[in-house]
Amino acid sequence: MSDPFETFRPSWVRQRALIWGPAVLNSAHEQLPLPALPEDEPAGPQTTAISVAGIGFEATREGGLWWAGEETLIVADLHLEKGSSYAERGTLLPPYDTGATLERLEAVIARLEPKTVIALGDNFHDRGGGGRMPDVYRKKLTAIQIGRNWVWITGNHDPEPQADVGGDWCETLSFGPLHFRHEPKAGRAQGELAGHLHPVTRVQARGRGVRRRCFIGDGRRLVLPAFGALTGGIDARDSVFQQLFPSGAFRAWMIGENRLYTVSFKANR
Amino acid sequence: MPENFSAWFGVRGWSPRPHQTALLEKTAAGESVLLVAPTGAGKTLAGFLPSLVSLYRERSRTRPGERRGSGLHTLYISPLKALAVDIARNLETPVREMDLPVQIETRTGDTPAHKRQRQRYNPPDILMTTPEQVALLLASGDAPWFFQNLQTVILDELHALVTSKRGDLLSLGLARLFPLRPDLTTIGLSATVANPDDLRRYLRPQNRADKSLAEIVTVKGGAQADLRILESEERLPWSGHTARYALREIYEAIKAHRMTLVFVNVRSQAELLFQELWRINEDHLPIALHHGSLDVSQRRKVEAAMAAGTLKAIVCTSTLDLGIDWGDVDLVINVGAPKGASRLAQRIGRANHRLDEPSKAMLVPANRFEVLECQAALAAAKKGEQDTPPLRTGALDVLAQHILGMACSAPFDADALYREVIAATPYAGLTREDFDRTLDFVATGGYALKSYERYARIKKTKEGKWRIAHPKIAQQYRLNVGTIIESPLLKIRLGRRAGGKGPLRGGPVLGQIEEYFLETLVPGDTFLFSGRILKLEGIEGPDAICSKAIADEPKIPYYAGGKFPLSTYLADRVRGMLADPGAWDALPHQVRDWLKIQSLRSVLPRRDELLVETFPRASKFYLVCYPFEGRLAHQSLGMLLTRRLERARARPLGFVASEYALCIWGLRDMGLMMERGTPSTADLFAEDMLGDDLEEWMADSFLMKRTFRYCALISGLIEKRHPGQEKTGRQMTVSSDLIYDVLRAHEPDHILLRATWDDAATGLLDIKRLSEMLSRVLGRIVHKRLERISPLAVPIMLEVGREPVHGEAQEQILEEASEALIDEAMTLV
Repeated sequence: MSDPFETFRPSWVRQRALIWGPAVLNSAHEQLPLPALPEDEPAGPQTTAISVAGIGFEATREGGLWWAGEETLIVADLHLEKGSSYAERGTLLPPYDTGATLERLEAVIARLEPKTVIALGDNFHDRGGGGRMPDVYRKKLTAIQIGRNWVWITGNHDPEPQADVGGDWCETLSFGPLHFRHEPKAGRAQGELAGHLHPVTRVQARGRGVRRRCFIGDGRRLVLPAFGALTGGIDARDSVFQQLFPSGAFRAWMIGENRLYTVSFKANR
Repeated sequence: MPENFSAWFGVRGWSPRPHQTALLEKTAAGESVLLVAPTGAGKTLAGFLPSLVSLYRERSRTRPGERRGSGLHTLYISPLKALAVDIARNLETPVREMDLPVQIETRTGDTPAHKRQRQRYNPPDILMTTPEQVALLLASGDAPWFFQNLQTVILDELHALVTSKRGDLLSLGLARLFPLRPDLTTIGLSATVANPDDLRRYLRPQNRADKSLAEIVTVKGGAQADLRILESEERLPWSGHTARYALREIYEAIKAHRMTLVFVNVRSQAELLFQELWRINEDHLPIALHHGSLDVSQRRKVEAAMAAGTLKAIVCTSTLDLGIDWGDVDLVINVGAPKGASRLAQRIGRANHRLDEPSKAMLVPANRFEVLECQAALAAAKKGEQDTPPLRTGALDVLAQHILGMACSAPFDADALYREVIAATPYAGLTREDFDRTLDFVATGGYALKSYERYARIKKTKEGKWRIAHPKIAQQYRLNVGTIIESPLLKIRLGRRAGGKGPLRGGPVLGQIEEYFLETLVPGDTFLFSGRILKLEGIEGPDAICSKAIADEPKIPYYAGGKFPLSTYLADRVRGMLADPGAWDALPHQVRDWLKIQSLRSVLPRRDELLVETFPRASKFYLVCYPFEGRLAHQSLGMLLTRRLERARARPLGFVASEYALCIWGLRDMGLMMERGTPSTADLFAEDMLGDDLEEWMADSFLMKRTFRYCALISGLIEKRHPGQEKTGRQMTVSSDLIYDVLRAHEPDHILLRATWDDAATGLLDIKRLSEMLSRVLGRIVHKRLERISPLAVPIMLEVGREPVHGEAQEQILEEASEALIDEAMTLV
């Protein structure tokens, strides 16, 4: 069945939910890692289908979007050199965010071997980011760019091409029915893939909340989660998403350890 | 004592008490003094007498026309803003009546900026303030001038101050004042504590060679308190914390007394009990509510009514533990577990503030285990035994804040600052290496990757002194000073409609609630707050708009903090009581029977043993153990044991922790596994669980992340959120959780992670206590494999259905919630 919203629900999960009993009000929160899957159960899929303008994509666990048909990887809001950007202004965040983000990017690229990578803007946290980037990271970035097309869409944080960084720069990119840009356009937009908003969402169960990065979309447009290691987020319930999806009906795909979890938002009538 | 002072005492029919005179004599000789006295001993007046006398002598020597001596003479520091204000007001009376030429002012975060500014140039004789304000004053370039005439520092409620990071901050402030004013006298005012020597050290600059102690004056408690445990006619509950069974008896006790303070342990209990008391309040007794989340004006109203004697009872939390006496209380009721002997003694002292009359108090245990705890506390109180915690080791995040503050005041020499810092008692054991690493953290973040040299916040000058790199840094410091981190709060506003129509708009503020709780509600949900049932209408920015509602089962907000574990001292006494049937005579017969049946059906552990019971129930297998080490330590133990059991393929499903016990359940027979030695009981509880397992768990622990956030804010790594900033740049704010992840992955030895670990070990994870327990029971674990649940296991088994269940993965919650929402969406289509 090709219903993109089909959920993966192995039988042991259902059993467990029954055993665990009712939701209760909680005051302390802790977590165990998800128990290993029983050996006779298949592991969950690593990605989940998301469609935009009739084109099928798969979301990766790192927070990227994989367009298998074109062997293209799309990522948003890397915010490289965010740590040093804060440091310049007196807040000494750890200088490891660029490294962490590039490692994550390296991992997904090594696995999928995309022909093309599109980064949807706010690739660097500020205009000087590319220049500040330590050599070790510059080399790493260059290494993962080799042998593939690399498109940087400009963002509000990095409105101009960065010095000493390889790849092509553009404001928007259109490809067939798809439009890649940093900031989602106001109102309806067909086939738009954008970033900028860093969507996250929370779900509640048994009095506990879990907050994760997510993709948000309605089949017409899709907002990607921020890929960067030190990037916060805007909740899917925020009014900004109501404006992007005027009917109020959209889905959020939350990024879990090994799969996505779907949450639907109903039309506001 | 000067004549007019004696006269003033005489007019009131008083004579100075021996401890007041002793304090005068010792301070006159230049000694610092710790005054230990129960409430009602005239402690505060005693603390101020030396300053008043000295100021009187100094000022009255001045001839007319001569410039009167000036400058700050005495600094009074209190843990509570309100206390500083109240004490100032109380002190006005003797000053006015004796016509003393003494100017008294307060300085807190609420003092208007212009007044604070004026105080810098023209300080009063006596300044009543808080530890944060002292830090701010010391971080200014004028500090040496401002404090040039300082003679005395009075530290009120010192026993309470030293138990927190505020106490660390204050100790560093003192360490700076000592070299500025070598003749400085400190006076500490404290309730009775277990180790007064700790506080005596705190009052003096320390050096490595020998411990320097302040003098001590002790006031013995007066009459023995009239203390009893409620002997209820009702059936004693097996579990729960509401003490609803005793409601009628509490009500009758209130009726029979002039004014009663009803203490509970947490705010949610206060709300519940208040609600329940009013439900049966046929006599319309004026019963009020007082806790830390209520709006300040609301609390002040209650305090004023208390002082005026118009209230019959106040249901309150620890907010009324400290502070001056607002009323003529003749009964204290402590509902629930007393948690600690000293804590209980201080609460009891709230009744009858006259030393020579006995305080009257009643303990109301909410369940059977609490009966044991109350009995233990009662015995301790009768013997006057104390269990206040030992002195803290100074936190590194607070040190970081202090170092930055010192750089803001003037360029400093690292060697000199280190010598100064280790004079502060909590930091007496600080190594030079840790100091240097903290200094490095303040300067450039302290990262192994040295890429931030050019962004340093403090820099070394050519003369080798550290100075701030930019004036902006000082501004940042001032905005972030202090160690009190509030969890994100939303204001609870009662909604109003303009002209009775239209949309609800924010009306009066009732108080504040943690955002965490409100996030679990959807509009339309009802909850209990401020003694009313409210319906959440919506959240607008920092406000939660609510309306009054009627509901049968409103939710009860939970609040972070305020949950003290029972003290190790009481825990030991409780274990002793269990092991000694001779001691059961003092217990109600229901409890006696319970314990008797336990000894028949299973076993009662000896004082030094740990009992582990296993039994099947329904289709699951249970493991229950009884360490009596408090909920936090049990929670950590539960986390680590389930990991172990998971690896042993016992298929654990979840666990629940209480103050006294821990219960784990799973799909395989853990009792059988332990009998076969796969793993053995000893292996299961082996201390090495505090190694790799702990390490692994911490990587993703919510509690660690929360602890890290506090450290990051206090140390100045990230900035505090200030009112008005909430709405801007949400996606730009950096989440401390993400910083924690990045830092753990790339620099696990970072000094801030060390600080976090130090905090968690004694705080939210209580690893210290867990580790002490594991080594205590080594070789003394008794495993009982039972066919069915034991009497002792009933309370915790009842909690399974009621309390939060731990042990599910976040993933599981994502799973359930996403599916639940999809189902909902599908049925509507």
